Amino acid sequence: MSPDQIGFQTLLKKEVMRFWSVLGQTVTAPVITALLYLLVFAQAMQGRASVYPGVSYTEFLLPGLIMMTVIQNAFANTSSSLIQSKVMGNLVFLQMAPLGPWEWFGAYVTAALVRTTLVAAAMLLVTIPFVQLPIREPLALLAMFLLSSASLAVLGLIAGIVSQKFDHIAAFTNFFITPLSFLSGVFYSVHALPAFWYQASHLNPFFYMIDGFRYGFFGQADVPLLQSLLWSLGFFLVASAVCLWMLMTGYKLKK
Amino acid sequence: MSSSPMPAVAISGVRKSYGPLQALRGIDFSIRQGEFFGLLGPNGAGKSTLISIIAGLVGADAGTVAVMGHDTVSDFRAARRKLGVVPQELVFDPFFKVRDMLRIQAGYYGCGKESWPWIDEMLERLDLADKAGSPMRALSGGMKRRVLVAQALVHKPPVVILDEPTAGVDVELRRTLWSFMTDLHRKGTTVVLTTHYLEEAQELCERIAILDHGQVQVIETTQQLLARHPFRFLRLKLAAGAVLPESLRALVSGEPNGSVELKLETARHPIASVLETLRLAGVAIEDVHTRDPDLEDIFVELTGGDDA
Ligand SMILES: Nc1ncnc2c1ncn2[C@@H]1O[C@H](COP(=O)(O)OP(=O)(O)OP(=O)(O)O)[C@@H](O)[C@H]1O
Ligand SMILES: [Mg+2]
Repeated sequence: MSPDQIGFQTLLKKEVMRFWSVLGQTVTAPVITALLYLLVFAQAMQGRASVYPGVSYTEFLLPGLIMMTVIQNAFANTSSSLIQSKVMGNLVFLQMAPLGPWEWFGAYVTAALVRTTLVAAAMLLVTIPFVQLPIREPLALLAMFLLSSASLAVLGLIAGIVSQKFDHIAAFTNFFITPLSFLSGVFYSVHALPAFWYQASHLNPFFYMIDGFRYGFFGQADVPLLQSLLWSLGFFLVASAVCLWMLMTGYKLKK
Repeated sequence: MSSSPMPAVAISGVRKSYGPLQALRGIDFSIRQGEFFGLLGPNGAGKSTLISIIAGLVGADAGTVAVMGHDTVSDFRAARRKLGVVPQELVFDPFFKVRDMLRIQAGYYGCGKESWPWIDEMLERLDLADKAGSPMRALSGGMKRRVLVAQALVHKPPVVILDEPTAGVDVELRRTLWSFMTDLHRKGTTVVLTTHYLEEAQELCERIAILDHGQVQVIETTQQLLARHPFRFLRLKLAAGAVLPESLRALVSGEPNGSVELKLETARHPIASVLETLRLAGVAIEDVHTRDPDLEDIFVELTGGDDA
C-alpha cells in the first residue's frame, strides 16, 4: 500500500473511531428519536386513508423517517468532527500531514457513510416488530441512500470549513438542515399540500432524497425515480465541487 | 551557490500580512542540514507565523519555502514528510489515548505498524510510558507538551521545528527535552528551536536568527553573535556609604540587588584602570565580579530593549 493510501485509511479509521467511541450519541440516540416519531405519528394518524394503494401510513412513514435521520446524521458527523478539531486546535495535526484535498474529502465522507449505514440499518431492525417494509427496487434504494448520505456529508464538511465555532454549525442545523428535512414530505405525501407548498416542496432537495428513497421500498412515489436521482446527483456534484474547491484553495482553513 | 549542499529549509522572499499588520516583511535565509538552529525574537516578531508557513498551515502572500529541496506548496506531500513541527499552542485531541493518537499521526504520514516500536521508544524516552493508555484530556500540561514533541517525530523527519517547547515547563522536563533534542541533533536531525530562554539558545544552538517586527535583524553563529560586542561587565558591591566616583557614573548599566554593574568596552576601559580609579578615589569595595556579555545582552541591543 502506498503511503498516501495508508494516510487516507488512517484518517478514515480515525473518523470512524470518533463516532464509534460515542455510539450512544451518534447512533442509539437518533434511532430512539425516530422510533418515538414513528410510534406517536402512527398512533395519531391511524385510520387515515393510505397514501399509496396497499401501503399503510406507518409503512409510508418509516422510509421518510429513516432518510430524515440519515440526512441529519450525515451532516452532523462531518460538521461536528471538523468544528471540534478547529475549536480544540488539533486540526493542525491533520493540516500539517501530507494529505491532499481528495483524501480529506474521501475520508470524511466515507466515515459519515459508515455512520448513516449503521443508523439506517438499526432503524430498520428495531422497527421490524411494527413495520415490515418491502424492498421493491434495491438498486434505487441503494443509489438514493448513498447519494443522499454523501451529499449531506459534503454539506457538513462545507459547514465545518466555513464555521469558526459551534454556534455557526448550530445555526446551519437549526435554520437549514432541520426545517428542510421536516418540510420534505416525511410525514405526508406532498400531494396532500396546498398548491403553494406543493410547488415549494419541489425546490427542496431533501424532498427528492426522501421520495426517491421511498420509491426504493414501494416501487412508487410522488415523482418519478429519475427526477429524484437527478436532483440528488446534481446536489451532490455541486456540493462536492464547492467543497473540493475550498479544500484545494485552503479556503478558511489556511489563514 | 550550486556547489553548496541542499539546505534543510530554504526561505526566500516570504511576506505575510494580516490586514494592515505586516507580520513578515520579506524573510530570506536558509537552515543548513544537521544544524541546531535558533529562531529568536520578541513576542509578535513573527516566529510562529514563519513556522506556520513552513508547515503549510498559513499561506504566504509572497515568497517560497522548500524543505529538503521540496517546495512546501507545489510539492507539499514530500515537503511535509521531511518535516516535524511542535506547535506553540498546547493543542490535543481529547478523544484519543496517547499511544493511539501517536499511531494515528504516524498513519497520516504513511507509516504503518513498522513505526510502532519507535513510538514506544519515544514514550519511554519522554517519560510517557505509563500514560500511553490515558486519554489526552487526562494529561497535565507538561505531559501534553511531551506528547506534542513525540507527535512531531512519529515519522522520523530529518527536519524538526520546535516552537517554544520549553515554555511553562518545569526544570526536570526542560532537561529531558534538552537531552532529547541534543540526541536527535547528534543523530543528524536538523533542529530548529524557538525559545524565550536565551541561555537555552546560547547553550544549544549553533546558529541563531533574530527576528524583530517581521524582519531578520541578524543571522550569525552563536559565537559570532557573542563576539559582536567587545564588552565586559564589572559588578561592584560597594561598602556601606561608599559612592561611585563621578567619572565612572556614565558606565553604569544596571544596579542588580544592591550592587552596581558597569558595562566596560574592553579597549577603552580596561578593568585594571577602573579598579585603579576606584582605589585612588578611596572607594571601599566589598566584592568584585566580572561577567562576559551573554545572549540576553546582545538580544537587548538588537531588538531595542523589547522583552525576550
Ligand atoms: N491569525 C492571525 N490574525 C491576525 N494577526 C495575526 C495572526 N497570527 C499572528 N498575527 C500577528 O502577527 C504577528 C506575529 O505573530 P507571531 O505569532 O508570528 O509572533 P511570535 O514571534 O511567534 O510571537 P510569540 O513569541 O509571542 O509567540 C503578531 O503581531 C500577531 O498579532
Ligand atoms: Mg510564537
